[in-house]
Amino acid sequence: MDPLFNDGVDLAIVLIVVFKVVLTFAFLMVAVMFMVWFERKLISDMQNRIGPNRAGPWGLLQTLADGIKLFFKEDSKPDQADLTVFKLAPYLSLVPAFLTFAIVPVAGNFMDGGDGTIELFGHTTYAQLADPPIGILLALAMSSVAVYGVMLAGWSSGSKYPLLGSVRASAQMVSYEAALGLSVATIVLLAGSLSTHTIVSEQTNYQWNLWAAGFVPFVLFLIAATAELNRPPFDLVEAEQELVGGFHTEYSSIRFALFFLAEFMNTVTMSAIIVTLFFGGPAGPILVGPEWLWPPIWFFTKLGVFLFVFVWFRATLPRFRYDQLMDLGWKLLIPLALGWLLLIGAFRIARDQDWNLALVLAIAVVVLLVAASLLNGAIAAARRRREETETEAFS
Amino acid sequence: MSTTAPDNRLVAETSEGAQEMVDRALESATERLRELGAVLRLSEAEAAELGEQDPGDDQTMIMNMGPQHPSTHGVLRLMLELEGETVLRTKPIIGYLHTGMEKTGEDLTYLQGPTNVTRMDYASPLFSELAFSLTTEKLLGIEVPPRAVWIRMLMSELNRLSSHLLFMATNGMDLGAVSMMIYGWREREETLRILEKITGLRMNHNYIRPGGVAADLPDGWRDDVLRLLDLIPPRLDEYDTLMTGQPIWRERLQGVGVITTEECLALGTTGPILRSTGYAWDLRRDLPYLAYDEVDFDVVVGTYGDCFDRYAIRLNEIRESIRIIHQILDKMPLGDYRIQDKKVTPPPRARIDESMEALIHHFKIFTEGFKVPEGEAYVAVESPRGELGCYIVSDGTSKPYRMHIRGPSFVNLQTLPHMMRGGLLADAVAIISSVDPIMGEVDR
Repeated sequence: MDPLFNDGVDLAIVLIVVFKVVLTFAFLMVAVMFMVWFERKLISDMQNRIGPNRAGPWGLLQTLADGIKLFFKEDSKPDQADLTVFKLAPYLSLVPAFLTFAIVPVAGNFMDGGDGTIELFGHTTYAQLADPPIGILLALAMSSVAVYGVMLAGWSSGSKYPLLGSVRASAQMVSYEAALGLSVATIVLLAGSLSTHTIVSEQTNYQWNLWAAGFVPFVLFLIAATAELNRPPFDLVEAEQELVGGFHTEYSSIRFALFFLAEFMNTVTMSAIIVTLFFGGPAGPILVGPEWLWPPIWFFTKLGVFLFVFVWFRATLPRFRYDQLMDLGWKLLIPLALGWLLLIGAFRIARDQDWNLALVLAIAVVVLLVAASLLNGAIAAARRRREETETEAFS
Repeated sequence: MSTTAPDNRLVAETSEGAQEMVDRALESATERLRELGAVLRLSEAEAAELGEQDPGDDQTMIMNMGPQHPSTHGVLRLMLELEGETVLRTKPIIGYLHTGMEKTGEDLTYLQGPTNVTRMDYASPLFSELAFSLTTEKLLGIEVPPRAVWIRMLMSELNRLSSHLLFMATNGMDLGAVSMMIYGWREREETLRILEKITGLRMNHNYIRPGGVAADLPDGWRDDVLRLLDLIPPRLDEYDTLMTGQPIWRERLQGVGVITTEECLALGTTGPILRSTGYAWDLRRDLPYLAYDEVDFDVVVGTYGDCFDRYAIRLNEIRESIRIIHQILDKMPLGDYRIQDKKVTPPPRARIDESMEALIHHFKIFTEGFKVPEGEAYVAVESPRGELGCYIVSDGTSKPYRMHIRGPSFVNLQTLPHMMRGGLLADAVAIISSVDPIMGEVDR
């Protein structure tokens, strides 16, 4: 629980919470603005271009200019569209993107037994908007809700390209959510709590889950998160070259801008979640100066690294094909996440019960190998059968 | 209201039948087979089997892709019958860029001809000019000086470079590797810069003309070309790093859009698509024109006839072109860059002031044009996309009676229904990209 509420709730507490809400909201808006600029500028650098450089210093205000332009554009609504849903969908995408960030601790000293609190107007509080007991599950729930935004947008447009986009979206996001959830489960197992604050404080003094969980959950989470964000190489939902614009083909004006906003906000939020789960959140050495200064700096540095990674992905990787995406998700990521979860679980039990760790490791590896070979066999058999039917159908 | 009747008559007189893809039930059996991609003459049993595959109309969706679509390379329109995302039938619909260039060619003199044909294949315009000029020269029965021949070869290979680099760019873009688009364009721009220095224009050069080329190579051309030849190979290695070895890239291209040699030959397909099946057919080697028999180069062939082979072939053809250009630089002879035939070649500007005869020739050539003996001729060259042929019928006047271009893009486009069948929508995009059609050449 946030120590803010320890002494009951009075007006000052409410005002502090409102202040935090406004701060988070403002931060996210600015972050999105910066993210769009950062992505365009960085990808320009990678592609030997200059990128936005007209609006404001180094083109920093380009996003603002684009936003204003989009706001004043004609808002066209297709004849065939289911208007209620059509109008609702962008918000279904946007709101979860906002909400997820609420659980991310952005500051507070977590090093050397620090409890990760900050002083705000004389009150001690966590440097995150909310620390609900369900914690990280909120992030998973919100990313599930965001699927509805994309899916309904495509479905309600009454057009074929968006429809295909939304079919892809629902399948892709639902299947990668499983891998996402399983790798989160590993972390929850390690931290022994769902609360993001606890997860971060468990990683104090560089006991980052990155190595504590053994890299694999991080890699799985990064891949699944990229897919969940519909960012390249998993941007099949939009797939400009195939589906024109995917689910937002028929959207224009501010509704399109909202999708755009949600997408970039999700990128920021998901990077923040990665930092929280695997890289100790705002934890880092206090070098010089005041103690409260360094955690946010570390947090944003780590955040920046992942934003960079996402842009880097986009600049280098070709897009997956739909079936390859599904194969990767179901046949590799989910079994691996599941296997790793069992492995971590086994280790936890072995440690608690004082079993022989080497023996546990050996047995676990054997079991996992057997499972992997069984899975491989099943996949190969399925593929053989499919190829047979396909050759019959298309010969 | 009253205008409906004449409109209908107009449609009936000019229409070549319904363009749209319709439901299976309404389709004639032949048309359906064509859309299914039946390439070879089928036995009755096979035809019956193909005809029987009817998933029912309620399970499929007919989708219109293009003419305004990001990856149909201009204004190609495809109608696809989809079951989920699987493509069952495809019908390419062309004509959205039809500007009647072949017909226009009948109203232009032979000297004006290259200006016209150069606009057909706008990614490799020099090849159309070359085919047209070679055909005209064949009708005239003249032989261009050696330097003109080698300049033409140099220009062809430079143009092949720029065209294949454009393919690299679009192929990358179509598969979602957006950076590749910029990289391909960047290198293409370097090539175009040289073409611009030599011809004066980046595209639509009107440089190769009947009787030779429009102008001699400018000062410093050799250094420029050498600089380009040093620049490109390391960049190609970068492409290899970025794409060729990239697992996603390979997954997306390997085994996609497979076609066999027999099917290619049945469809008249040439160029990289034919070579990707392992059939080493390259006009530069098999029916040498210009001086291609004097340079040493390899014909790159594939094995599987899939999109990856077509990509790899084009990538390696760039390397072969660089090899050829090196040899051209070594062997470039001195001499005239156009034939010294007063009836075909306009006199130099300086001569017009001095000589009445030159003035008359100049006037005649640019107003009336030179007369070409009666007859017909066909000459084909190996354009980056395949066999680019020009067929001219002359009635003895200064304008062609009939001019026809065999555009490789047009012929290659026929392979689409066949290659797309059974693939996914994303494969369809990869396949269009690997056929590399230029719509200007398709519609002419």
